[in-house]
Amino acid sequence: MATMATTRPGRRSGSRLLRDVLINGSLAILCILWLIPLLGLLISSFRERADIATSGWWTIFPHREYVTESQIDLGRGFPVDQPITLDQLGVTVTDDQLRAGYTLPDGRRVIWANRRARLIDVQSQQWAANTNFTLGNYQAVLLGQQYTYTLEDGSTRTEQGENMGKAFLNSLTVTIPATVIPILLAAFAAYAFAWMRFPGRRLMFAMVVGLLVIPSQVAMIPLLRTFSGMQVTGTFLALWLVHTGFGLSLAIYLLYNYISGLPREILESAFIDGASPFTMFMRLILPLSVPALASFAIFQFMWVWNDYLNALIFLGSAPDQQVVTIKLAQMIGSRGQDWHLLTAGGFVSMVLPLIVFFSLQRYFVRGLLAGSVKG
Amino acid sequence: MIQQTSEADKRPVPSPAAGALLTGQFLVGLLGLAVTLGLLWLGFIYLRGARETSVLNAVIAIVWGVGGVGALFVTGNTVIESLPPYWRDRVRPFLFFLPGVGILFLFLMIPTLITLYQSFFNNDTTEFVGLNNYIATFTDRSMLESFRNNLIWLFLGTAGCVVLGLLIAVLADRSRFEVVAKAIIFLPMAISLVGASVIWRFMYAYAPPGQPQIGLQNAIITAFGIPPQSWLTLQPWNNLFLILVMIWGSTGFAMVLFSAALKGVPADITEAAQVDGATEVQTFFQIIIPYIQGTILTVTTTIAIGTLKIFDVVYVMTGGQYGTSVVGTEFYRQFFTNRNFGYGSAIAIVLFIAISPVIVYNLRQLQKQEGF
Repeated sequence: MATMATTRPGRRSGSRLLRDVLINGSLAILCILWLIPLLGLLISSFRERADIATSGWWTIFPHREYVTESQIDLGRGFPVDQPITLDQLGVTVTDDQLRAGYTLPDGRRVIWANRRARLIDVQSQQWAANTNFTLGNYQAVLLGQQYTYTLEDGSTRTEQGENMGKAFLNSLTVTIPATVIPILLAAFAAYAFAWMRFPGRRLMFAMVVGLLVIPSQVAMIPLLRTFSGMQVTGTFLALWLVHTGFGLSLAIYLLYNYISGLPREILESAFIDGASPFTMFMRLILPLSVPALASFAIFQFMWVWNDYLNALIFLGSAPDQQVVTIKLAQMIGSRGQDWHLLTAGGFVSMVLPLIVFFSLQRYFVRGLLAGSVKG
Repeated sequence: MIQQTSEADKRPVPSPAAGALLTGQFLVGLLGLAVTLGLLWLGFIYLRGARETSVLNAVIAIVWGVGGVGALFVTGNTVIESLPPYWRDRVRPFLFFLPGVGILFLFLMIPTLITLYQSFFNNDTTEFVGLNNYIATFTDRSMLESFRNNLIWLFLGTAGCVVLGLLIAVLADRSRFEVVAKAIIFLPMAISLVGASVIWRFMYAYAPPGQPQIGLQNAIITAFGIPPQSWLTLQPWNNLFLILVMIWGSTGFAMVLFSAALKGVPADITEAAQVDGATEVQTFFQIIIPYIQGTILTVTTTIAIGTLKIFDVVYVMTGGQYGTSVVGTEFYRQFFTNRNFGYGSAIAIVLFIAISPVIVYNLRQLQKQEGF
């Protein structure tokens, strides 16, 4: 390798450097573009309510900004329909210029502080960073407590917080059984398809594959009507059943691919030892399939946790039962401008899948590669 | 590939009286099966009434679901093992595949057929209306708007994800920071579309001119002196801003699949091309692209299906208003808000028909597979 490097012509290594810079540079730009939206949410969720409403989240980074150094009081009722002469500064400005901010020759700026009170700010540019962080948003969003904040005019207001903590528990309640229940069912079926011969096997498996990409909307109306007839609608049970049903085709398909690829020799020697298919399944197939089971489990976990439509239709948005996606969507509807709550709530809804993602990324990717046929 | 019956014939027969039914074991198994079914039913009744969030109920659900299935298999197996060998080997597969496939049948197959049936009936399935629901689907102004938007989603959303995903996969493949870059691009895959909607609503946030802009997009354009825009109500461009959310979320999926495919392109092919004087661009379009075309097809169809079914982003961000409705939101409106089951069913069937070429393709692929 070393000799190759020394014999490489200089011009070539120069263009190689340029190529490296181009590749890594454009990759870095794309990565930054991808991270910015998420970063904005994360940073804002730790900022004070008033700060979020009056300045962009990027102002936490050092930047030049106008800081008020003195004020000019024109006196209430001062006429503003004609140019205003500011003797202190030796300039004449119009109302419109004061609204937008008028830059003086020395770099300072004059702008209305309070137009009704005829108060003008004289500002100069200084380095600043809004590094005023709080955990208050999470308190307000998690436990449903009342919280108090100070308005711009100095008065305080008390509001009811959001109970995202409850929604988080509801999501767990929905997700864990809906992830675990299909696994055993699917493993048995996959084993039958992979290692047993029976009439209708091809047809049944074709059905499994055919149902992989079917839009769940197609099954929704009859299912909801049946569930309503059985008084299941609006219970966690409804979602466990629905997610089990909708997840099974992928589960069977994934596990079939894995189980049918297991080495035949192991199974044959077990047969010769007189093990029944049931024993073989429990003692051999299931333990050997753990990687595939894990891949499916993570895939299904993400799928169910992040699901919105099925939760909306089969569980509904009753405050006691709503899951995080429903809760978050409802907050967008009812408190669409309360960004201190939305950003914190948004992050609460993402934190668990993100942890799962970072700790088990390899399994998730493997599941994705194997299950990419699912729509 | 699968010769279990012949293997089974070879193995020593374990039961004392070959060819006979083991009556005791049969009855015990049958009793166990009945008890299991009874317990499953009781669990169902209990869980149906359990509307409170509690850890206990979640645990009961897991025990009910997993334990119930396990008990079903164990007792069923006891019954089957007691049968004469001839029957045993014929009945056993059904025990293994029937619970899973049966649920699939109950939850997807039969409902799909009922939806098809209902699509020819009026809003509460009391009166046959022939093709009226379908005629309405293709003439209704709001539906036509949804179809138009869904086509925009289909083309721009799919193209955006596939092109960006391929570009990033290729760049990452040649970079030292491959692992980090791929993790970053893939990250949004872990975030729900509702969460992504919050993130992007914040990016698109609008404040009247003169007030501080807290949305990044408006802050950037106002810095250049352009007046701030209310992006989500800005017709018809708002559709593009919604599609951007989906591209941000799904490009990671495309990238991961492409990345795996690129690793499978043999190095000697690309090296041979470069020795023959092909430029990197030529190598990419004439060798790498044809080599990974199977993956490109898979990714494209998967994302295309996703765009056809899109619901969350649109429903959460605009509610389908301001000219952004798609088939998914129209389906929800007809089915859930208007309770028009016939019309809703027709929309669902149209969606199904739009996706059916992929189903046919998957089945064709299956046919080519060995053993099927």
